[in-house]
Amino acid sequence: MKTGARLLVDGLQREGVETIFGYPGGAVLPVYDELYDAPLRHVLVRHEQAAAHAADGYARASGKTGVCLATSGPGACNLVTGIATAYMDSVPLVAVTGQVPTTMLGNDAFQESDITGITFPITKHNYLVKDAAEIGQVVRDAFYIAGTGRQGPVLIDLPKDVMTAQVDPVPEVQEARLRGYQPTYEGHPRQVERAVALIQEAERPLLYIGGGVVASGAAAEVLALAELTAIPVASTLMGLGAVPCDHPLSLGMIGMHGTEAANFAVTECDLLIAVGVRFDDRVTGRVEAFAPQAAVVHIDIDPAEIGKNKPVDVPIVGDARLVLAAITAKLARQERGNGWLSRVRRWQEENAPAPAAGLDPAGVIRQMNALLDDEAIIVSEVGQNQMWAAQHYCFRRPRTWLTSGGLGTMGYGFPASIGAQFACPDRTVALVAGDGSFQMNIQELGTVVEYKVPVKVVILNNLYLGMVRQWQELFYDRRYSYTELSPVDFVGIARAYGVEGRRVEDPDEVGPGLEECFGTEGAFVLDVRIEREANVFPMVPAGAAINEMIGRRG
Amino acid sequence: MRPHTLHVLVENRAGVLSRVSGLFSRRGFNIESLAVGTCEEPGMSRMTIVVLGDDARIEQVKKQLNKLIDVIKVSDITEQSTVARELALIKVAAEPGEGRAEVMQVASIFRAQIIDVSPKSIILQVAGDSEKIDALERLLRQYGIKEFVRTGKIALMRGMKGGR
Repeated sequence: MKTGARLLVDGLQREGVETIFGYPGGAVLPVYDELYDAPLRHVLVRHEQAAAHAADGYARASGKTGVCLATSGPGACNLVTGIATAYMDSVPLVAVTGQVPTTMLGNDAFQESDITGITFPITKHNYLVKDAAEIGQVVRDAFYIAGTGRQGPVLIDLPKDVMTAQVDPVPEVQEARLRGYQPTYEGHPRQVERAVALIQEAERPLLYIGGGVVASGAAAEVLALAELTAIPVASTLMGLGAVPCDHPLSLGMIGMHGTEAANFAVTECDLLIAVGVRFDDRVTGRVEAFAPQAAVVHIDIDPAEIGKNKPVDVPIVGDARLVLAAITAKLARQERGNGWLSRVRRWQEENAPAPAAGLDPAGVIRQMNALLDDEAIIVSEVGQNQMWAAQHYCFRRPRTWLTSGGLGTMGYGFPASIGAQFACPDRTVALVAGDGSFQMNIQELGTVVEYKVPVKVVILNNLYLGMVRQWQELFYDRRYSYTELSPVDFVGIARAYGVEGRRVEDPDEVGPGLEECFGTEGAFVLDVRIEREANVFPMVPAGAAINEMIGRRG
Repeated sequence: MRPHTLHVLVENRAGVLSRVSGLFSRRGFNIESLAVGTCEEPGMSRMTIVVLGDDARIEQVKKQLNKLIDVIKVSDITEQSTVARELALIKVAAEPGEGRAEVMQVASIFRAQIIDVSPKSIILQVAGDSEKIDALERLLRQYGIKEFVRTGKIALMRGMKGGR
């Protein structure tokens, strides 16, 4: 005989869960009572939103499914932003929430919210479990759904009486078998053949890779295809690190703040091989002007992404790693003597933005890059800080770059970096933050101290909501409506929690500041007062064509 | 843009209808008609959904429906040879006398049944394709329709299952 709460904990252990992030409350007390002596590490965050982001960071850094836990009502609702973030970026996450007893469901009971209803649009699937005997199977199915196919968050809502109900006998948990869910992994052979033929004929091919390449572990396969057939590679924000930034075929990031080389190449290519991407508007700009001359091969595990935003000539539904391997296996080494690569190289060489006056944020990122090894995990907040990190840090390995791409969640980075550090305790985890977004989950300094999480926080502090200010500067006649932030003593706040810190106001202090930050054993907050009105360039204005970049030379 | 009729086979579970209808609303797909009930397979339900759109849009509707874990199969039966029916109940103002006789005459032309009679109104039941019901509604409007309810379209492919 076991309680529902015990069955949940057993289920998590059966799935190999070692660490969960959560926050207790009345409706989830039976689970917390089980956790008291369960062989699972529970990390107490300071806000439920941070539990979801930390689980997400854990998942992105490790490739395993992240788990977060919250109580009913406000606790569950506070997970919503984190769940939506994971949904938009296809991150495997299982969120467990407490719920009022089944007898009170729908009565507007104290701390009740219809969290399954609320999260329908932002979960891959969700469960309201009304029978404790089902918990084991629900946990199995939830992890299967979250971690397979196009990965994503799954929520399990457990009413309190279901957690306390005694189950006897305990039903055996079967392999997950869901008749409505059968992801396709192998690409269709005929479509693979068509892709091969197009690659052999193409004069100006381009690989356009995204988060799906990281998720499927297809980095080596991308590189193998690129090198075999001499195809340059442009990466989305989410795909950074899949191909080393300094590889000769790497064009860096594509899109609104992408490189000249990537954005010009996509405009001129005659074959676009899109892998694990979803033709997001931040990448394509005006979609009709995106790869206008190209035949498009689209490889994605989610059939709904194929043809959603851009017509596709060769659709290949499947796992990026398997499909790319199948394509590469049918190709011989190919040289490109038509000047395409030299043309691309020329764009690459011309693409060196001038440094900003004063304390240049790009310079801070470059110095970070010089200090850290290839294993370091860089997490970002959202805004200018995110784009500077994406543009100027040289990512060489998958899962070393964690950022909220789809939802653009300010406040994501700090808790995500905590999650990443739990997943990878031996690696350096550095957060690039803005002063605005860091203040969105600054309370997690408490978690950092309690668990001795040695994350390094580098705040690119311009006393603005920088990216919004940049848009106001460029598109709203410099009318800085509510984007200026009052100065904050971040070092003082860090110290109040028990975290070391230092403020840097002079370009010459950046190096020593970063050295102290990364040389200190524990967590560190480095508050860098950057040039206040530095902008992220190049930039494609929203709705413009991808090659219509402004500020090309900084 | 034309109406497409989709058959959606789903798990017979609480919340499935709201998952499906929620998907339509948040993706901006407009449901013209939706009818749902149990079907020949135990534990499953079949939804007949009529949705307006061009081919690309309908393709996206089908793909998004297929992504729902509780959706087992989606078929577009628009191009198939089908039989389609809708049921409507119409409460018409009809006082005893000439008016009522006329209403009853119209009803018989449309093969509608009178299923309730009260001093001031009668209720007609009519089954048929949507156009027939529309036509009957138009005709009866002159007598005064007090209440009107229709089920939405249900459809089956002719012949063997799977169109064989």
